[in-house]
Amino acid sequence: MTQNRSWIPYLLILPTVVFLGLLFIVPLVQTVWLAVSDNGVPSLANMQTMVSDINFGRSILNTFLLTLAVVPIQIAMALAMGTMVSKVNGGRETILWIWTIPLGISDLAAGMVWLSILQNTGYLNTLLFSMGLIERQTAWLTYQTPVALFIGIAIAEIWRGTAIVMIIIVAGLNQVPKEFKEAAEIFGASPWTRFTRITLPLIRPALQSALILRTVLAFEVFAVVYALGGRNFPVLVGEAYNWQNQNQNYGVAAAYAVLIMVISLAATLFYLKVVKVDPERLP
Amino acid sequence: MKTLLSLAILASTAVGIALPASAQTVFLSTQLRPIEEATAVRQELLSGLAKPADYVVEEPPQFAVRMEAERQAGKHTISLVGALHGELSPLADKQMLEPLDDLAKKLASAGMPQSLLDLGKLGKTEQQYIPWMQATYVMAANKDALQYLPEGADINRLDYDQLIAWGKKMQEATGAPQIGFPAGPKGLMARYFQGYFYPSFTGGVVRTFKSADAAAGWQKLKELWTVVAPTSTNYDFMQEPLASGEVMVAWDHIARLKNAISASPDQYVVFPAPAGPKGRGYMPVVAGLAIPKGAPDKANANAIIEHLATQEVQLKTASLVGFFPTLNVQLPPDLDPGVALLAGAVTATQSAPDAVISLLPVGLGDKGGEFNKVYMDAFQRIILQNQPIETVLKTQGETMAKLMADTKAPCWAPDAKSDGGCPVE
Repeated sequence: MTQNRSWIPYLLILPTVVFLGLLFIVPLVQTVWLAVSDNGVPSLANMQTMVSDINFGRSILNTFLLTLAVVPIQIAMALAMGTMVSKVNGGRETILWIWTIPLGISDLAAGMVWLSILQNTGYLNTLLFSMGLIERQTAWLTYQTPVALFIGIAIAEIWRGTAIVMIIIVAGLNQVPKEFKEAAEIFGASPWTRFTRITLPLIRPALQSALILRTVLAFEVFAVVYALGGRNFPVLVGEAYNWQNQNQNYGVAAAYAVLIMVISLAATLFYLKVVKVDPERLP
Repeated sequence: MKTLLSLAILASTAVGIALPASAQTVFLSTQLRPIEEATAVRQELLSGLAKPADYVVEEPPQFAVRMEAERQAGKHTISLVGALHGELSPLADKQMLEPLDDLAKKLASAGMPQSLLDLGKLGKTEQQYIPWMQATYVMAANKDALQYLPEGADINRLDYDQLIAWGKKMQEATGAPQIGFPAGPKGLMARYFQGYFYPSFTGGVVRTFKSADAAAGWQKLKELWTVVAPTSTNYDFMQEPLASGEVMVAWDHIARLKNAISASPDQYVVFPAPAGPKGRGYMPVVAGLAIPKGAPDKANANAIIEHLATQEVQLKTASLVGFFPTLNVQLPPDLDPGVALLAGAVTATQSAPDAVISLLPVGLGDKGGEFNKVYMDAFQRIILQNQPIETVLKTQGETMAKLMADTKAPCWAPDAKSDGGCPVE
């Protein structure tokens, strides 16, 4: 009976496979070909143009710096927020709901929100001026103030992207059995020991997913940076966009896209190796 | 009742099927995109046509993609396109535009200057587009800035030294740099280099890219940049920082200054860009109308072009959207005061005795973006990153030479004519 129907699972997953195949794998192959060809002939010209461009080194540096600055802070904040909210009884949903508001806003809108705060005529300057800390409009987002610009972009990114990490971690924390913590408490383990020896190891799968998701997204950062930094803070996706849209050179844009994909894949593999998860705990 | 209903459904399907045949002529434009301007086009400029047109707007990059998609698919929906000279050039390069020589002849006799019509040939023998409207770049200043103008300086005849002195005085008095340029990611700063900076300092655009004159010019620009607002690299449209008071003096495209100036025309003066040792460079911007090959409704597209090129519609265009006529006509006295201010500066620029006209690039095909990038990269390296001028001009000059060799684009004014690709000397 069941053997006769062995084709049914395949039939059921066929639409999704066809869908992904058509809308993901075909464009992927096309993009890779676009990146490594020139007028239909295999060529590394696009890669060379990309590497010798003046913004290439800066965009790699900026993207990595931003990822290194933003992801650890977001993970730490999400852990702290998740642990705190698990101690709350009343109003837990309301707190979670407020914390996840930034998730409901598009990237570019988040960038615009922070632009309205940080630009010359923005809320930050108004506040500082009313407190008598500055005498006139101060520019924070220019090429002459790279540190302030970086901090501004990092804060905006942290504000925008922490919620997604927190949701995954809260889900992981919910699965930690209370008995373990109670037992540790009876044996006199301090809160820190309980956190590092019980909670952290048990939420590894959630942590791994959160790290992969957040790091890949950090390498794809674009809209917030575009709104706040513009030309002053080149990042990889921004360069891909510029080559596609302004320079109308699809080959070099594709080369950037392939580079971003390779970096994201490498980061994913890195986390899969480094944050090891007990196979029995995998879904 | 049932029959009535099914009849109604049948009738509506019949209408649905019948519609495409009598559908409106699709007019796709990269210009006049903001909703007020698009509404003005739909309700005012395109009214009174025998057969209505469907005015659709698209941002320039998407416009290029859509035209290319229609070409590759062989299925054409667009009958008429309105776009900038530089956006039509890649289409002409791929033989995608219908020749419009008959229309061009007609319009030449109706008073469209031959020099403008020749631009529409895009370096080919046949007319590729019909000039639709024109604009240029000017400078605008808040009247509060005039008190700091250096003594003896005539605002309509500024040179770079006077602009720098003016900037210094404003900075000393207000504590912050007050001159702004649209050097943001969507700003038109590249046109400043091609149409204003290079012609004014070197008398050329491509040939003189790395000349000694150019190096001296960049040195002068560095000096100017000490009194330019550093937020300039975030500005796309100068009307915004002008209106918010972030800067008092700005250079930009007239359409990108118009909102600030039309909102309070009494608060601003508008004047030509400064002159350098080789004269007062300026660049006319031309938007053109073209019919793609395979257009479903060529006849009506032709009629729309003729309609938009009539004296009456051209004048209406000027007063509604602030782009100026391509026909040789006098602007009416009851013009919007902001547009009148801009028009005055355009006239002052064109009739300046030291004016050096810099035409739009011709023959670059789809390399227009990379051509702009050569100038913007030089700007970024020399001015923002403080790299040595000679080295930067040498390496950027090589990129430019390669670009010109690849596209084989012959020189255009103010560069002297060339056989084959325009050389970087």
